[in-house]
Amino acid sequence: MRSLRILIIGGLFSFRALFDWLNPWIYIPSLLIAPVFQILLFVYIGRSAGVESDSFFVIGNALQFSAIPCLFAMGHTITAERFTQTLGIVLSTPAPRVPLFLGRSLPVIVNGWFVAMFSLVAGGRLVGVAVPAAAWIPIALAVLIGTASCTGLGLATAALGLRVRDTATLNNIIIGGLLVFSGANVPVGALPRWMHVISQWIPLTHAIEAARDLAAGATLHAVTPLLLREIVIGTVFAILGLASVRVLERQSRRGASLEMS
Amino acid sequence: MSGSRRVLRQLLVTCWLQLKMTGPDTFTGVLNVAWPLFFATTTFLVYRITQHGQVIVYAGLGASIMGIWSAVATTAGGALQRERWIGTLELIVSSPTPIPLVLIPITIAMAAIGLFSLGMTLLWEWLVFSIPFHIAQPLAFAFALFAMVFAIAMFGFLMSVTVVRYRTAWALGNFFEYPGWLLCGFVVPLSVLPGWVRPLCYALSPTWGMLAIRQAVDGGWPWVDGGVCVGLTALCGAAATLLSGRVLRSARRHASLSLT
Repeated sequence: MRSLRILIIGGLFSFRALFDWLNPWIYIPSLLIAPVFQILLFVYIGRSAGVESDSFFVIGNALQFSAIPCLFAMGHTITAERFTQTLGIVLSTPAPRVPLFLGRSLPVIVNGWFVAMFSLVAGGRLVGVAVPAAAWIPIALAVLIGTASCTGLGLATAALGLRVRDTATLNNIIIGGLLVFSGANVPVGALPRWMHVISQWIPLTHAIEAARDLAAGATLHAVTPLLLREIVIGTVFAILGLASVRVLERQSRRGASLEMS
Repeated sequence: MSGSRRVLRQLLVTCWLQLKMTGPDTFTGVLNVAWPLFFATTTFLVYRITQHGQVIVYAGLGASIMGIWSAVATTAGGALQRERWIGTLELIVSSPTPIPLVLIPITIAMAAIGLFSLGMTLLWEWLVFSIPFHIAQPLAFAFALFAMVFAIAMFGFLMSVTVVRYRTAWALGNFFEYPGWLLCGFVVPLSVLPGWVRPLCYALSPTWGMLAIRQAVDGGWPWVDGGVCVGLTALCGAAATLLSGRVLRSARRHASLSLT
């Protein structure tokens, strides 16, 4: 019961307290309008190059952009705690670490899903992409799995916040990497061989492919292998993140470097 | 020291100090080079599918300029915000140096970091994607490039003054990154954009700077486009100077300079 309370209520409180991008003056331009412009940029690049369809770029970029709230919000769970000088207090509590950090990831997943779905709907409406009505619920599921997987990656990078002062630069590099390798704008099959190999082991690649297939008329059953693969990748990153938090927390306590800023 | 020498010294020293502060910083220095490279790489990979050499060269030139815009757009919005956070905004505003002479060299410094990004992107294009880069008119290219740098710097000055009253100015600055790439025709020909948006594109000085750069590279006549770029840059600078006076007088009257 205590773990459940930490997971749900504690996670929600922490998200509201630590993720300062919830301020409408940041949220609207950064997480609602910016992805629409990213979609427009690549839709017009695609039209200019005569490559793929508008739907291809809308779905790819909507999902890829969800990496921004997922990675930054998870990063803030550690760096913002340090900034408010509550990191030592939180980590000195007897609260079990798994519900403590997984609970903080739940609102992040929901927020990432909302950003991706908004971008998909708004971007699609702007460029005239029509998705079959029956496909929306399976697409929403694919987006949810994609954002959950990305949040697992965010947990792994957030753990580094226990050792480094700022994870913002690393998060930006990872988001850029996802833009190139996840197939958001270039068909995975058209990537050079070494990039194709990397793309198979990172979040979002399979969720993006599944969402595109669903929008093209595939059934949920047909894309289940892709979604399962996405779940496995996200779970691996989440486990890596939780383990890293544990190890780095012990090291930081031993070296008295928790509150270094 | 004469007035003009004082102004020149002010510009050079502020620019140099800004470069020294932000250049080595991983977030504003290193990331301003790396972030546009990701978008440039994605753009090249998309255009590479077409197998059209000229199209890839077109995209390559524009993608290298993207870094200059990013360097200024993402930092100019927060230029005065940073001064507010470290407690020096009131000192700057109350000093006898006009605020444009403080902000303009800051944005020029950021645009200079963008020049470094341009060089790295061109090198990346050549090494990884084998995109050739031949300049038909080097002198005209240098003129067009510097006109572009000043155009973007002036736009950054205008942006930094416009958003000074917002506590989250950095978010508004970041917001202009993608629209700038799109509307200034860096990687997408303006003919592809909807007709109703093209007057806005041609009202932006970097658009003309980009046209001048392409003319200089291709051996065309870049001087008209470059001249329009310089003219619009001057207008932008004049508008920003007027606006800065009004905004700061208002902030001083309402004692809202230091609000965070």
